[in-house]
Amino acid sequence: MTTREAIVEFADLRRSFVVRQKAGKVRRTKKIVHAVDGISVRIEAGESCGYIGANGAGKSTTIKMITGILVPTSGSVRTCGLDPVPQRRTLAREIGVVFGQRSQLWWDLPLRDSFQILAAIHRLDPTVARERTDQLIDGLGIADQLDTPVRQLSLGERMRGEVAAALVHSPRLLVLDEPTIGLDMISKERLRHFLIAERAEHGTTLLLTTHDMSDIERLCDRVLVVDHGRLVYDGSLPDLAQRVALQRVLVVDLWEPHAPLQLSGAAWIESEGGGIRQRLAFSPSRTTAAKVLAEVSAQVEVRDLTLEEPAIEDIVRTLYAS
Amino acid sequence: MVEVKPVSVGISRRRAVGVLLGSRVRSQTAYRTSFWLTVLTSVGIGLIEFIEIYVILTNVPVFGGLSFAQAALVFALANTSFALADLVFGQLDTVPSLLRMGRLEVMLVRPLPLLVQLVTSDFQLRRLGRAAVGLVIMVIALTQLDLVLTPATLYLLIITPLVGAAIYGALFVLAGGLQFFLIDGREFTSAFLYGGSYAGQLPGSVLLPPVRILFTFVIPATATAYLPGLLILGLPGPAFLPAWLGWFAPLFAVWAWGLALLAWRAGIRRFTGAGG
Repeated sequence: MTTREAIVEFADLRRSFVVRQKAGKVRRTKKIVHAVDGISVRIEAGESCGYIGANGAGKSTTIKMITGILVPTSGSVRTCGLDPVPQRRTLAREIGVVFGQRSQLWWDLPLRDSFQILAAIHRLDPTVARERTDQLIDGLGIADQLDTPVRQLSLGERMRGEVAAALVHSPRLLVLDEPTIGLDMISKERLRHFLIAERAEHGTTLLLTTHDMSDIERLCDRVLVVDHGRLVYDGSLPDLAQRVALQRVLVVDLWEPHAPLQLSGAAWIESEGGGIRQRLAFSPSRTTAAKVLAEVSAQVEVRDLTLEEPAIEDIVRTLYAS
Repeated sequence: MVEVKPVSVGISRRRAVGVLLGSRVRSQTAYRTSFWLTVLTSVGIGLIEFIEIYVILTNVPVFGGLSFAQAALVFALANTSFALADLVFGQLDTVPSLLRMGRLEVMLVRPLPLLVQLVTSDFQLRRLGRAAVGLVIMVIALTQLDLVLTPATLYLLIITPLVGAAIYGALFVLAGGLQFFLIDGREFTSAFLYGGSYAGQLPGSVLLPPVRILFTFVIPATATAYLPGLLILGLPGPAFLPAWLGWFAPLFAVWAWGLALLAWRAGIRRFTGAGG
C-alpha cells in the first residue's frame, strides 16, 4: 500500500434502507434492503473507472455516499481525503458531479448564465472562471448554444452543457452518473472524445456509471462490476473480456432463407424465420463488424443489419458462471 | 504525489449571492409585460386580504378593542412583514417538490449552504407588490390615527416590519425543515405558517386565550404586528399579552430562528441519513 492519498477510498462500505410494506390493513412489515453490501475500493488520482451493474445493483447509492449526499450505514468512505457528509461543502469544490437524469443548469436562463452562476457559487476569480469556461465551451463545441435558454436545448446539447457545468471549477474528480443515457451515437462520441481530452490535459479522475459498454471501452482503464450491492469484478477491461464473453452480436436479415452461416470471424448463434434472420456473435478484440459483414456478404446478399451491444446483465450472469 | 490544490476563493460569498440574485432578477424582468402582470396579481392578493379585514371592521365598529384605523395599522404591519419574508424565503415552500423531483441532490454537491441556494433559486420580485399594498395601507392608517410621533413610535414603525419579516422568515424555514420528516406534509406546516400569518394580521385580543398563547410564545406571530402595534397606539394588551412584550419582538425573532435552524439542520441530517 502506498502512502499517497487515494481520490476515492471505501472500506467495507455498507448502506441499507428500511422499506415498510403493507401487510394487511393496519400491520406493516419492515424489510431491510442492503443496497450496498460491503464494498472496498481504492481509486487513485488520474484513474478512469467504470462502475457498472444492473438497475438496482447499488451504483447510485455508492455515488451518493462518495459525493456526501448519503451517510453510509457502516464502513468508511473518503473522497479527496475528506469525509463526504460532514465535509460536504469543502468536498464540493474538489468534485464535479453529472447526474444524467437531473439537470444542474438553470432551465429558464441561457446556457452561458448557468456557467457564470456556477462560477460564482464556487467563488472563482472572474478571470480564472472566464478562461476555464471558454476552454470548456471550445472543447465541448457548445459555442452556438450559449445564448439559448437551457429548456430549448436538445438532450445532447444539454448533456454537454451539464458536463461543462460540472467542470467549471476544475474539480479533481468527475463523477458521471449515466452521462450518455438517451444520447444518439454522435452525441455520445463527442462527449467521450471530450472526456478523454479533459483527462489527458488536466489529469482529472473519472468515475462513471453506465449501461453502455462502449463508454467503458472508450473511456475507462478500470472496470468495477457490482451486483446486489457487492463487488463482483475489479480489474481492467481486457481481463474482464477474458473472463466473460464481451461479444457483440451482428444480426443480419437476408433476402432468402439460408442455412446457418459458417464464418471464420464470427460464430452463428441462431436463426429465425427459417434462416432469413441470423444472429452472429463476434469478439470486437479479434475482428471488426465490417470484416464479419464482408465475410457474410461474400456468401449471401444482406438486406438489413443491426448490431447488439453486450448487456450488462449478461456480463454479470457469466461472471457468476465462470 | 497527489497535488493538493489550495481552495481557490476568488470572490466573497456576498458577491456570489449577489450574482445569484442578479441572475434571478434579470430572468424575471426580461419579459416586462409578464413581470408587471405578476406584480399586479400580487398587489391583488394583498388587497383581497385587506378587504377581508375591512368587511369585518365595517360590521363591528370596534374589533378586539381596536378601532378601524388601529386594526388596519396592525394588518398593514403584519402584511408588510409577511410579504418581505415571502420575497426572501417563499421559495422554501417548494421543498416537497424539490424532494420529489430529486433536485436537492444537485444542490447538495455545491459549496454553498442549501438554505442560501434555495433562497436565491427563485427570488420573486413580484412579491414586492404585496409589500407595497401593506405600506400604502400603513401610511393611510397612520394619517387617520393622528398619532404623536415620538422617537419611540418612529423606531417601532421602522423596526417592526423588519423584525416581523425575520419572524415570518423563520416560520418559512421551520416549515421547510419539517418537510424533510413529513411526506406531503404541507397541510400541517401551512397550518402554522399561513395560520400564523393570518393570526398576526388580527388584533391578538380576538384570538382565544390558548390560541393567543400558541401564536405568541411558541409561534410568535403576534410579535410581528399586534404587540409592537399596542405600543405604537399606546394601548394596554389583553390577558397574557401585555403591551410591553412588544419591546421584545426582536427576542421573539431570535427564538423563532433558533427553532427554525434546529428544524432545518435536523431536516438535512434526515435527508442525508435516509437518502430522500
